[in-house]
Amino acid sequence: MTRGRIPGALLVPAICGLIFLVLPLVGLLWRTPWSTLPQRLTEPEVVEALRLSLVTASLATGFCLLLGVPLAWLLARVTFPGRRLVRALITVPLVLPPVVGGIALLLALGRRGLLGGWLDSTFGVSLPFTTAGVVVAEMFVALPFLVISVEGALRGADTRYEEAAATLGATRWTTFTHVTLPLVAPGIAAGGVLCWARALGEFGATITFAGNYPGITQTMPLAVYQTMESGDLDGAVVLSLILLVVSVTILAALRDRWLTAP
Amino acid sequence: MTLMDAHLIVERGGFRLDLELTIGRGETVALLGPNGAGKTTALRALAGLTPLSGGFLTLDGRDLSATPPEQRPVGVVFQDYLLFPHLSARDNVAFGPRRHGVDRRTAHATADRWLERVGLTDHGRRKPRNLSGGQAQRVALARALAVDPVLLLLDEPLAALDARTRLETRAELRRHLAAHPGATLLVTHDPLDALVLADRLVIVEDGRVVQEGDAATITARPRTDYVAQLVGLNLYRGRGEGHAVRLESGFELTATDVVHGDAFVAFPPAAVALHPSRPDGSPRNTWPATLTDIQRHGDNLRVRLDGPIVVAADITPAAAAYLDLVPGRELWAAVKASETRAYPAE
Amino acid sequence: MKLKLAAAGLTAVLAFGLAGCGDKEAGTPAAGANSGSAVTGTVNVFAAASLTESFTTLGKRFEAAHQGTTVKLNFAGSSALATQINQGAPADVFASAAPKNMATVTDAGNAAGPPTTFVKNQLVIAVAKGNPKKIAGLADLTRAGTKVALCAEAVPCGAAAKTALDAAGVKLTPVTLEQDVKAALAKVKLGEVDAALVYRTDAKVSSADVEAIEFPESDKAINEYPIVVLKNAANAAGGQAFIDYVLSADGKAVLTEAGFQAP
Repeated sequence: MTRGRIPGALLVPAICGLIFLVLPLVGLLWRTPWSTLPQRLTEPEVVEALRLSLVTASLATGFCLLLGVPLAWLLARVTFPGRRLVRALITVPLVLPPVVGGIALLLALGRRGLLGGWLDSTFGVSLPFTTAGVVVAEMFVALPFLVISVEGALRGADTRYEEAAATLGATRWTTFTHVTLPLVAPGIAAGGVLCWARALGEFGATITFAGNYPGITQTMPLAVYQTMESGDLDGAVVLSLILLVVSVTILAALRDRWLTAP
Repeated sequence: MTLMDAHLIVERGGFRLDLELTIGRGETVALLGPNGAGKTTALRALAGLTPLSGGFLTLDGRDLSATPPEQRPVGVVFQDYLLFPHLSARDNVAFGPRRHGVDRRTAHATADRWLERVGLTDHGRRKPRNLSGGQAQRVALARALAVDPVLLLLDEPLAALDARTRLETRAELRRHLAAHPGATLLVTHDPLDALVLADRLVIVEDGRVVQEGDAATITARPRTDYVAQLVGLNLYRGRGEGHAVRLESGFELTATDVVHGDAFVAFPPAAVALHPSRPDGSPRNTWPATLTDIQRHGDNLRVRLDGPIVVAADITPAAAAYLDLVPGRELWAAVKASETRAYPAE
Repeated sequence: MKLKLAAAGLTAVLAFGLAGCGDKEAGTPAAGANSGSAVTGTVNVFAAASLTESFTTLGKRFEAAHQGTTVKLNFAGSSALATQINQGAPADVFASAAPKNMATVTDAGNAAGPPTTFVKNQLVIAVAKGNPKKIAGLADLTRAGTKVALCAEAVPCGAAAKTALDAAGVKLTPVTLEQDVKAALAKVKLGEVDAALVYRTDAKVSSADVEAIEFPESDKAINEYPIVVLKNAANAAGGQAFIDYVLSADGKAVLTEAGFQAP
């Protein structure tokens, strides 16, 4: 398997990189107040924040799939003027600090925002400080991850299968649903998982756009931050540990189910 | 009676395909040509996967020039079959009928019937990755035929198979093509596939038809170097002056046929005899030559000779040993007039 | 492509950062009141968010008065600062917006001595300019359809708000619990909430966008701001000199100007 010695110039930084990633997690485990853990786990605030996090991340992922897969398809399969620009625009939220995303969302969808003002005056709908606002903030940061990974999967898929479907009488839509989607299903699943993980960890855009109120907008990351702020380090560690365990467990489960492809 | 009538013009980059093609009911036509000749482009244009830049396509009296692929009564067997990997063999075959509005039960019944016809009744539940190359080819054929296409297109249907499977599959494919009531176009670069499977050959080079006709005509009278090589003949062009054809270089070849004007002369490599020195007797069709290349060719050896004309010649290993054949060897070549064919170029 | 975009973003951020630095230096006054003390080096000051404007000014004046010193200011909610200090953050001075957060630090034994109270601050109701919802007191905040932002209870402005609301007997459900007073005020400026309980000083800084409504119960929730040199200060002398400057006449003038009250 290996061809001769592994060069130290690669091995040393590789191991350093690994330690760098793992050490903080070890620190978290090291500071965990194991004795009070079970009691803290059942605290209503913790349960509430966890429930809210799981619900909003899953909803955000669902909506991202609904909007993101067609968008990825458009980018991968249709040549239109300005396609490069559209792709660049989609990647902007990736490089944008989430807090900036939150401010941008306020200016667009807030009560005095570009679209939000109209929503408020016409329907009396206002997204900030609502659970829906949390979902919107999470979608904003997570959608690019989904679009980019699904677009990659679509580009990697052999388009000749779609041509074969066309010669068998399939329209573009049936080709999409019966051939393209099943072919890129692993890519979509991977994108969805990435999107969900990103949404679950979302903090900056959420606290800026949706605010922070227990049971309504206070997701786990916000609860961690607030607990830490109030000087309750043990509490913050426990919440962090829960978030870590939940995400690792779910990612591992999904990995076995869908992401074992190549 | 003509079922398909097409004039395909496709312009893309520097390439131009300009092909007139007709196929009769029940007829199988092979589109034969070297790589890059435009065979696959022609097939894609017929299927509607590549739009026409000009010309037309009518099928059974219907103009399909601008019809999208899903509305054409055309079935395609792709080079590497393109069976949908997420569907079983049966669902692959049922895919077409389902898209044509047939309900699931009927589509599956149709699929089962076709799988039976190609001898794969027991393989319906298998996914394509669990099928052998020959089985996949047959499923692909069944899938294309299950929509009852007026025009069946096959793109190098045997190219992906190993030699042994190829032999069996070719014979079976011939049976199915003979049974297909519509028109069939087979794209291939393998002359054997073309000769075995097709009723008529259309030879394409550089986007144009260079020769067309039945196998016997083309084999006997090739009109381009490509065709000559394909059928294994030495081919020259010159002016016929009775029994003799004078080539551009001034060299003269004599045949038993009588031709006047622009003409081809052809003879097989086996007709060339090699001598260590100038042979006695007939002075005609004899010339000095230099050996440039030597290769195995079946049980014999095929040598290439330079001289007033470039020739391929087949000789036995015994003769090769006797002649002490090494590249650069000076020899005399001779061809009997009775083994040389001459025919008009127009 | 992606890389190029990221690089462009980075350039923009750098440009903003540099522009910010330039602004700060522009307003430095050339005062030199304090005569030749031996104070040098960097003074790290952790200060409550509500002190942002006044301490920024004080920092510049202090640097001008003590040649060779640099004041590095870290503003955040007092509770976050206290946590950071107890986790070993490199601070010389801690200025808290409430005794409770100061106690977190002194109880952990991280202060060099007893803290000194240097100002007091009081809550006001911050509303949009022109007071469109006609809010006159705490009771008006409970009206249906009125969105209110409070600070989280862990931060002093949140604790003070709770005290004031309890004193007024008003039961209020805010739409959000912000992490510091500036964030609560920002929500008013953006129009996302109709009102927020913030310090008078913060409302004053943003007087272009918001209006401050005084209310009687704020007397019950006056915040005292303690300041202290920290035990692990790398520059204890510099830290003490900074505190002395805050307590000096110069310092008092700046703080009063910002709306703080003398202790």
